[in-house]
Amino acid sequence: MKIDHSVPMEYSTDENKMKILGFWIFLGAEIALFSTLFAVYFTLQGNTNVGPSASDLFHLSPVMIETILLLSSSFTIGLGVHAMRLGLKKPMMTFFGITLALGAAFLGVEVYEFVTYVGEGATIQTSGFLSALFTLLGTHGLHVTFGLLWGGSILLQIKKRGFTPETANKSFIFSLYWHFLDVVWIFIFSFVYLKGLM
Amino acid sequence: MKKKWIALTLFSITAILLAGCDNPLLILDPKGPQARTLSSTILFSIAMMAGILLVVYVLYTVVLLKYRASKLDDDYEPPHEEGNKWLEIIWTAIPVVIVIILSVVTVSTTSTVEQKSVAYADEKPIVIYASSSNWKWHFSYPEEGIETVNYVNFPADRPIEFRLYSFGPITSFWIPQLAGQKYAMSDMVNTIHMSADVPGSFIGKNSNFSGEGFAKMEFEAQSLSDADYKEWVNDVKTTAPKLTEDEFDDLLEAEHVGRKTYSSNHLEFKPAPEGENSGHHHGGSTSTDDQHEDMDMDMDMDMDMDMDHDAH
Amino acid sequence: MKWDEFFVTGEPMIYAAMVSIVVVSLAIPIALTYFKKWNWLWMNWLTTVDHKKIGVMYILSALLMLFRGGVDALLMRGQTAIPDNGLLDGQHYNEIFTTHGVIMILFMAMPFIIGLMNVVIPLQIGARDVAFPRLNAISFWLFFAGAMLFNISFVIGGSPDAGWSAYFPLASLEFSPTVGNNYYSLALQIAGIGTLLTGINFLVTILKMRAPGMTLMKMPMFTWSVLITNVIIVFAFPVLTVALALMTLDRQFGTQFFAMQSGGMDMLWANLFWVWGHPEVYIVILPAFGIYSEIISAFARKNLYGYKSMVVSMVAISLLSFVVWAHHFYTMGHGVMVNSVFSITTMAIAIPTGVKIFNWLFTLRKGKISFTTPMLYSLAFIPIFTIGGVTGVMLAMASADYQYHNTMFLVAHFHYVLIPGTVFAVIAGFHFWFPKVFGFMLNEKLGKLSFWFITISFNVTFFPLFILGLNGMTRRMYTYSESTGYGPLNMLSMVGAVGLAIGFIILVYNIYWSVRYSPRDIDQDPWDARSLEWSTHSPVPEYNFALIPTVNKLDAHWFAKKEGKPLATGKYEPIHMPNNSGLPVIMGALFFFWGFFMVFSWWIPAIVFGVLILGTLAYRSFEKDHGRYISVEEIERTENALRGAQHEN
Repeated sequence: MKIDHSVPMEYSTDENKMKILGFWIFLGAEIALFSTLFAVYFTLQGNTNVGPSASDLFHLSPVMIETILLLSSSFTIGLGVHAMRLGLKKPMMTFFGITLALGAAFLGVEVYEFVTYVGEGATIQTSGFLSALFTLLGTHGLHVTFGLLWGGSILLQIKKRGFTPETANKSFIFSLYWHFLDVVWIFIFSFVYLKGLM
Repeated sequence: MKKKWIALTLFSITAILLAGCDNPLLILDPKGPQARTLSSTILFSIAMMAGILLVVYVLYTVVLLKYRASKLDDDYEPPHEEGNKWLEIIWTAIPVVIVIILSVVTVSTTSTVEQKSVAYADEKPIVIYASSSNWKWHFSYPEEGIETVNYVNFPADRPIEFRLYSFGPITSFWIPQLAGQKYAMSDMVNTIHMSADVPGSFIGKNSNFSGEGFAKMEFEAQSLSDADYKEWVNDVKTTAPKLTEDEFDDLLEAEHVGRKTYSSNHLEFKPAPEGENSGHHHGGSTSTDDQHEDMDMDMDMDMDMDMDHDAH
Repeated sequence: MKWDEFFVTGEPMIYAAMVSIVVVSLAIPIALTYFKKWNWLWMNWLTTVDHKKIGVMYILSALLMLFRGGVDALLMRGQTAIPDNGLLDGQHYNEIFTTHGVIMILFMAMPFIIGLMNVVIPLQIGARDVAFPRLNAISFWLFFAGAMLFNISFVIGGSPDAGWSAYFPLASLEFSPTVGNNYYSLALQIAGIGTLLTGINFLVTILKMRAPGMTLMKMPMFTWSVLITNVIIVFAFPVLTVALALMTLDRQFGTQFFAMQSGGMDMLWANLFWVWGHPEVYIVILPAFGIYSEIISAFARKNLYGYKSMVVSMVAISLLSFVVWAHHFYTMGHGVMVNSVFSITTMAIAIPTGVKIFNWLFTLRKGKISFTTPMLYSLAFIPIFTIGGVTGVMLAMASADYQYHNTMFLVAHFHYVLIPGTVFAVIAGFHFWFPKVFGFMLNEKLGKLSFWFITISFNVTFFPLFILGLNGMTRRMYTYSESTGYGPLNMLSMVGAVGLAIGFIILVYNIYWSVRYSPRDIDQDPWDARSLEWSTHSPVPEYNFALIPTVNKLDAHWFAKKEGKPLATGKYEPIHMPNNSGLPVIMGALFFFWGFFMVFSWWIPAIVFGVLILGTLAYRSFEKDHGRYISVEEIERTENALRGAQHEN
């Protein structure tokens, strides 16, 4: 396999370049997926039936915590990729580890939030609005969960194999995925929570 | 080559069928202004499309007859052609013009058939609610206070306004000789305008697949002379039984029933999903400005309270 | 679900299907054991990552599904051939037209197209495989798992019965309480994920793996059409993914997306379905346009006329395909304004399509046309598809559509688009590229015979439906009374359907005949065609090209032949190839069982299989597999053998 040393390691082989392009295209598909979910949410957000409406349900503080957690995890994974480019294995692993921990904390708050909603009688079955809300948030949450598993397996591989064109490529692609989830969250934060609270 | 002749033959058969007056095709045999507009729109578009087909078929035939390998010299070498700017412009521009013409026709005829015919501009339309359940149609006359099942009578030469909704799957209300179809849905009411030129009986049906008994979901639409209609309404009012809520619920459950006639209608106890009963206006969207202000205040308080929680 | 409801009972046809399923599923392993073919099957096919073999498997599955969908069609035509017929009851007829639609679009047309893409695209751009060969195998096995899951619904649990568009509320638990529509949502979901992965794979392949010198505007038209198609796939299929997921949630988890009692919206489903569904039509039609461009240009012995405008028109069609979806429900009452806008965007599609028709006609003009089987299909396409196209414009007019909607006129229209458009194209492509893959040709006489049967019968079957539609006959009616007068034309249509069946049987017989008797002495370029795939051997060696060709213009292979200069020169080097893998087929099987248990809401086994699927992903992530190299000696051996085989003749 030809390795090109003039570019960062994650781009260093043809296969790596193709994987990065392929992943960008995949993110394009993910944008279509989340746009559809947002469209469904906007269509049904007024259909609260007998259940609570957005403003009855939402509380700003857990959402703020979630936002801070996820935004900082996006920052730390950026630092991790930077460390990887400098060839620093330990710092890279530390930053990735922090990222995953922040992701797990985010999920924890989200689960707490869901439990609170259900406790208030707002389940996924209650109304069109709540079905759409839980599905949109849940899809994002599942992406984060999958990210934790995926990121964990990459950390293990880095630990065992160090930086190779393959592991570097995987780490870089994972960071794209993570940033993407952050962007989706910003949309959820602005157009679901803030709009709902207004 | 054969296929071209087949296509042409089939097309001439259609042409004959379209022109044949003995047994004209249902939707090209309109009996009211809306259906007439649609029928002439369809005939116009068929003529236009036939013109396009003719151009393509002539070109196609000429090319296939002239440039078959068996008719050409063995050493004939086809030229290399990149394309021709002017030809490309022509066969883009002409379709653009055709589409513009058809668009104008579409927009104007669509808005024509979506309202009361101009012929009856001054007359107040007769409103009839048509609702579907399983595989039958209920017709409720709010002004006359009567209801029928699986048949509908109305006066000829008068504007009729059907208001459509469904107790269940989406259905499509269609009386082909009087007007185009429209969906009946359970969370909103759609409106069709139509009128029949003369007294007569017309086939009406649901055209949108709605489950097992769909194929037999037909009704008779009858236009009567003014006098006959008045007599019929009076007859119904005096002789038909009242429609009770229980009976209506049984009726909704039934799969198929024959014709039924009642001297009261279900709108009184089960209003149509329009206005405040519409499915599209639940909760949030009807909240008033006052509520909004309250919520803003709530939000601030909630924030404070949550902060406290976190502190503990 | 009670056990006595598990198997569908009470119909002779279903018992026959059960017996044949049992017989086939016993016969296959017995035959494999008897002929000692297990190893061959596993090594050469089930674990393959070779794009050509994956393509062949796609096409074989598509042919299989063509017959399943075809039997559905014959039953439908048989039932409606005479008034008040009792061949099928209402429920059964509803299931059959639903499965006919789903199978023909998603499990026949799509895999046939994707199969041809797989076989041809890497060859046509001078590549040795697709960008992600193993992902490609996963795509295939996901499609196959979805197709099998959908098909077993016929005998286990019951088929979906709410039409291929599965409109809510009809498809909701309330009105469709059997598991049929669970099969629909889950089988399509699994196959759809496979398709999405294909889309990503081929986009990267075409963008990154073209032979040196092949700029975008020097790509063959089929490659262009596939590139654009895959862009549509990537943006349209996620919408289907969401729609189907919401359907599963509504039916099996009690959510309120499409049910109206608690604030759902029935037309939301219709919107989501057609936001995917209309681009889907172009996903199956654009590659067909590409295939026709290749074949017409090859057998007119002339370069494609108006190459640039062909590309531009396809891009225009792909963009427009996303803004026309509401024309599927003009009659829902969204007002004159909305209907007018969608009418205009829909009619606008006729403009780029017309440009393409004229470009094909001008490619033929001044050409030297030879009437081979693939060319006959391509030539029949032009006049027949034009009827489909102009009736499409007629349907696009919102006002007129109030009279055509849900009638046989619509049914006739989309069959006039999809059969000459997609089906003729894949059959033409099948005949055209068959020698490339297998090294021998399909019999021309049988090919032409089946062509005439199919083309004539097609018109006999579907033209009467236009007239029936204008006479007010609605679609999806399992029966009608004699007084409607619909009888004679439906009978005529039935006659045509039988003719179509005969045509397809001849086609399959042709495959059998050719495998046995067709001469094996063909050249690498038996049609004297134009694009790169014809510059390597037939059958194509595993590595496609011993030396990667260099391209300096469109139809480089054609000009290289004329000038007598080879496209590739230099010394052989070891070729890097991916290893076979059992993982994709195992994943397919896991998805099948996951889907099956999900259909019946058996959560524990479903969760187990879900975890196993994640396990295969993790295994793949940790796996170290850098592929293998084919040595120079082996390349020389293969090349000499393939060249020798041809020189002997």
